[in-house]
Amino acid sequence: MGMTVAEKILARASGRPATRAGDVVEPAVDLAMSHENAALVMNQFRAIFEGTGLEAKPWDPTKIAVIFDHRVPAESPKTATNQKRIREFVVLQGIERFHDVRGDTGGICHQVLPEYGYVRPGQVVVGTDSHTTSHGALGAFAFGIGATEMASVWALGYALNIEVPATIQVVVEGDFPSHVGPKDLILHLIGRLTAQGANFRCIEFHGGTIRRMSTSGRLTLCNMTVEAGATAGIVPADDETLRYLREEAGVEEPTALVTPDADATYVETIHIDVGKLEPQIACPHTVDNVKPVGAVAGQRVDQIVIGSCTNGRLDDLAVAADILRGKKVAPRTRMLVFPASARIYAQALDKGYVADLVRAGAVVMNAGCGPCLGVHEGALGDGEVALSTTNRNFKGRMGNPTADVYLCSPAVAAASAVTGVITDPRIGPRTGGN
Amino acid sequence: MPRVVTVLGDDISTDVIYPGRYMATVLPSETPQFAFADHAELNAKLKGKQIPPGSVLVGGQNFGCGSSREQATSTLKGHELVIVASSFARIFLQNSINLGLRIVTAPGIEAAVGDELELEADAVVNRTSGKRYPIVPLPAARQAIIDAGGLIAFTKRRLVAERGGAAG
Repeated sequence: MGMTVAEKILARASGRPATRAGDVVEPAVDLAMSHENAALVMNQFRAIFEGTGLEAKPWDPTKIAVIFDHRVPAESPKTATNQKRIREFVVLQGIERFHDVRGDTGGICHQVLPEYGYVRPGQVVVGTDSHTTSHGALGAFAFGIGATEMASVWALGYALNIEVPATIQVVVEGDFPSHVGPKDLILHLIGRLTAQGANFRCIEFHGGTIRRMSTSGRLTLCNMTVEAGATAGIVPADDETLRYLREEAGVEEPTALVTPDADATYVETIHIDVGKLEPQIACPHTVDNVKPVGAVAGQRVDQIVIGSCTNGRLDDLAVAADILRGKKVAPRTRMLVFPASARIYAQALDKGYVADLVRAGAVVMNAGCGPCLGVHEGALGDGEVALSTTNRNFKGRMGNPTADVYLCSPAVAAASAVTGVITDPRIGPRTGGN
Repeated sequence: MPRVVTVLGDDISTDVIYPGRYMATVLPSETPQFAFADHAELNAKLKGKQIPPGSVLVGGQNFGCGSSREQATSTLKGHELVIVASSFARIFLQNSINLGLRIVTAPGIEAAVGDELELEADAVVNRTSGKRYPIVPLPAARQAIIDAGGLIAFTKRRLVAERGGAAG
């Protein structure tokens, strides 16, 4: 009997010849990532060592990464003090994969990890962030855990009591129509699966559309698999993964690819043809409340948000700049743009995208999590409506429980910025048109 | 017998349980004040100690979906609530076990505020409506963490077995 990618990776990491869905394993961790919540992980880590007489040292500091992104630069003395404590800790413990608040090497953890070549195909990656599923885009088995569980990983070097998930196979064929892309595909899939349809499962992506998709698009897909409840999302690594690692992440050593066996067992197979896919919108207040853009076109928007670990990469900013170049953001709408990393920010400067967006009236913010989770900046007023390329629209998500958040692609967000209402980019302001 | 203090629907996210704007607060002793901060009435009752420890919060399917923030668990643990729901999201379930928040998976659970629930070993019995809801047991590997008194104690024991030192 063959194995899925998740079963193969977890077998290798737990020193077994094979694993099956439902097995409980303790996989060795290749990469353990935290952001500002490392402050809590540190406390729990010390609590584990308390009374043992052992020195509180992590199992392997070279496999730990800490990236500041949720509140950068710090919005309060409390956050600033947490960040200060973490800085002291990474120095003390010799953690070199540390990305501070910087305009050259900073950014969102889920962008920095791939960009710097920390994530490799076949790895087990854990992160104290639910969107750690992103890293499945490079063929890793990557999942979110809580802070206490991370403290346990720091101490032991492996994750405890991990159930090998059953895998849902998603086979995607066809070419995306103009102004439709990976974000529309993943919103469509979440709408079909529902918010809990993939709970305790892995989603493995296949098909010609996926093979032709860039790593950036794959990151968008895997990022949001957790919104269907998935433990992990995986695109089996291929030539595009190797290209990304070599050309964009500067990885020179040879990389082994982990692919599923032809006779692997899947709990379910879903076929999607994107040839006729329309732009998709997740409506308030759940991510699985997905409709084609036409169903909500004309809805007034107070704030447009483009960025995040879901859609803050160079190709996303290019889509927005192409639509907004030479145009203006609607008078009673504000537009916030936050690139996923400092490197992407610099590339967008070089390409002229930042100038296009700023001249159109957008506020381009520093790389980081920005307004996505309502902790830092870009909060909504009472009863306001946001249209955002981020990944969650839960009640209160952007800092105000009386506000509405709609989720969409960069093309829909940019077209709607010009009109001030939710707009189908195939009809409204678009590249070279109007 | 524990009473139901609130009944929530499906897909209750960690943003609802513990809004993101309070995430700079990490100490488990400081998180309880922000439980359901955007539900003013429930938050006020919890903060005002009007809800006795052991009271039950009833949820629908996929309780605790969304962010991995552990504050969503420590904030409920701080009030010693018991969560009975049809199903739980993975990370929230794991966090609850790790921190010792009592969660019970009882598919189809139906209850109203004020109902008395009896939590038996294999079922939740709603004494007010007379209905019985079988419990889905936790996997044995997870039960071991609960039996050890939470993940800190469990890992401490493992660490000492591997590296030597005192049993703490």
